[in-house]
Amino acid sequence: MNYAASPVLALRLPLWRSRLLLALIAGGFLVLAGRAVYLQGWNNDFLQQKGESRYSRVLEISANRGRITDRHGEALAISTPVKSVWAIPEEVQYSSQQRAKLAALLELPPQEIDKRLNESTSFVYLKRQIPPEVAERVSELHIPGLFQNREYRRYYPGGEVMAHVLGFTGADDVGQEGIELAFQSTLAGKSGSRRVIKDRMGQIVEDMESIREAQNGRDLALALDAKLQNLAFSQLKLAVESNKAKAGAIVVLDAKTGEVLALANLPTYNPNNRSRLSGAQLRNRVITDTFEPGSTLKPFTVALAIEQGKITPESMIATASGSLSIGKATVHDAHTFGDMSVAQVIQRSSNVGAARIALSLPAEALWGMFDQVGFGSVPRLGFPGEVGGRLRAYKTWRPIEQATMAYGHGISVSLLQLARAYTIFARDGELMPLSLVRVDAPLAGKQVISPDTARKLRAMLEMAVQLGGTAPKARVMGYRVAGKTGTAHKEENGAYAAHKYVSSFVGLAPASDPRLVIAVMLDEPSAGQYYGGAVAAPVFSAVMGGALRMLGVPPDASLKPLELPPEGSEIREGV
Amino acid sequence: MARINLILLLVLTACALGLVTSQHQARKLFAELEREQERAKQLDVEWGQLQLEQSTWAMHARVEKIARERLRMSVPDAKRTQVVMPEAAQGAAR
Repeated sequence: MNYAASPVLALRLPLWRSRLLLALIAGGFLVLAGRAVYLQGWNNDFLQQKGESRYSRVLEISANRGRITDRHGEALAISTPVKSVWAIPEEVQYSSQQRAKLAALLELPPQEIDKRLNESTSFVYLKRQIPPEVAERVSELHIPGLFQNREYRRYYPGGEVMAHVLGFTGADDVGQEGIELAFQSTLAGKSGSRRVIKDRMGQIVEDMESIREAQNGRDLALALDAKLQNLAFSQLKLAVESNKAKAGAIVVLDAKTGEVLALANLPTYNPNNRSRLSGAQLRNRVITDTFEPGSTLKPFTVALAIEQGKITPESMIATASGSLSIGKATVHDAHTFGDMSVAQVIQRSSNVGAARIALSLPAEALWGMFDQVGFGSVPRLGFPGEVGGRLRAYKTWRPIEQATMAYGHGISVSLLQLARAYTIFARDGELMPLSLVRVDAPLAGKQVISPDTARKLRAMLEMAVQLGGTAPKARVMGYRVAGKTGTAHKEENGAYAAHKYVSSFVGLAPASDPRLVIAVMLDEPSAGQYYGGAVAAPVFSAVMGGALRMLGVPPDASLKPLELPPEGSEIREGV
Repeated sequence: MARINLILLLVLTACALGLVTSQHQARKLFAELEREQERAKQLDVEWGQLQLEQSTWAMHARVEKIARERLRMSVPDAKRTQVVMPEAAQGAAR
């Protein structure tokens, strides 16, 4: 067949057809080129983003919560990573064998797992905060729909001993109580993130940018001394148990620096296992509870009277009658000893004597004294739930109230305030600011009474723990101790309860150059004894003796065995 | 002219290959760095756990219990204590 001869080829097409085709194709190319330039030149964000999402990833950088240590660096609270197991219920598929294994690993009953997985949500926690080893074995079960994420859990090796000071954190590692809450912003870390390039194996091959730097929480060194804390806690526990008290509290202050060396409360709880917690267990009584302090307040009234030149330690006070009537009310003493000197009023804790001294002073001055040593105002430790106690304005005082306030009724303070106020006797008249964290350079105190008055009061307080005083059981062999007992009726529904007492003791040692101030309080001792000298003083003595030895304070008295007064001849204070 | 162009082409190819190799090297080293950093983090976690373990074993209550019960130790009472003052403090203390 001869194609060349085909008549079709001989046909001449009009020129415009090929031109049109050329123009259409060229136009098409132009449009494509324009689109390409547009996508890559002007409007390139979208494609850029799509491209990057193929290889770049944003990674979360987790940050640690800071450790809490005691003053010598011993760890009291540490965060360590744990895993939480969660599930998307619809996607979970497992055999009954797998279910049994899972239940055993998570320590949950199998029915509980079924119940949680039957919920109609798209997210459910099976168990939070399990150890990484267990999490490893859970993931080896290869159950679809089951996932894990990393969380931090806080551990407290000190357990119940430090519980009230440290507090605890919630499941999300946020402080909820105590130091953990007070110093949340210091302790908490800030997690960061960064953008990286990953290869097809999932390995990071290049760092692109750091979006946010991760910041680990800062470590916190407390003023607490773990050894001393343990001593204080164990002695308090013994006393609360043997006196069948409802509660107890103790605080140990360093008189030189104002640091809180130990602070313990009973009842307590284990911060590592917080199921079944009650409000009473959680309460930090030292800081957040107030009570009527009783006779421990007498030294302040006497100090003011001496400061104002109204009396000297040798002045005689008319206490022979053993009672004093003010209006309709009467103030009583537990014993009558005839007229007493001011020093003896403190030594034997005479209510009548203290009331008489208080009435010789202007109400405003007495209020000023209480206010200056910090009663009625919050101590500003930064601790959650701190209270200031109750100190009413002096203009509303009636004479009987002024008299009872002299021996610590009608006014309420926290144990911490009381211990802090006693630093004026320990530091020659200076009131120290307190600190829960270790201080390297002690802060300046505030002069409240003259050094001379403070020394006179210290001598009187030393007499109170001698054989003729209310608290011979507070003595410590080898050291000169000064202190004061307190026994007060508890107030209930606006009236004083007849057989419910708060027994306390506040003291300092060594008296020649005080190093420690310790305050002890027992709530409702009900094993027969309730005087501060019998209940709280022995705790003070045991803790003070042990603490001075631990701190290596040289003895300032002879090491003679202490004699105790014969049974039945103890001096009891007026209540 | 053609020879220079040819030489430049060869140099360019060599440079390009060099870039590829060094990029590859950099990525490998970076992956290694990343692994080491991960390990450092792991070790930090382990250190925290060991610290925790240490302070649990060294709890004062536990130490005291062992000292008392197993080792039969006790605090000497004041009658059996002799206080020795350092020379300097001797005059001041008593």
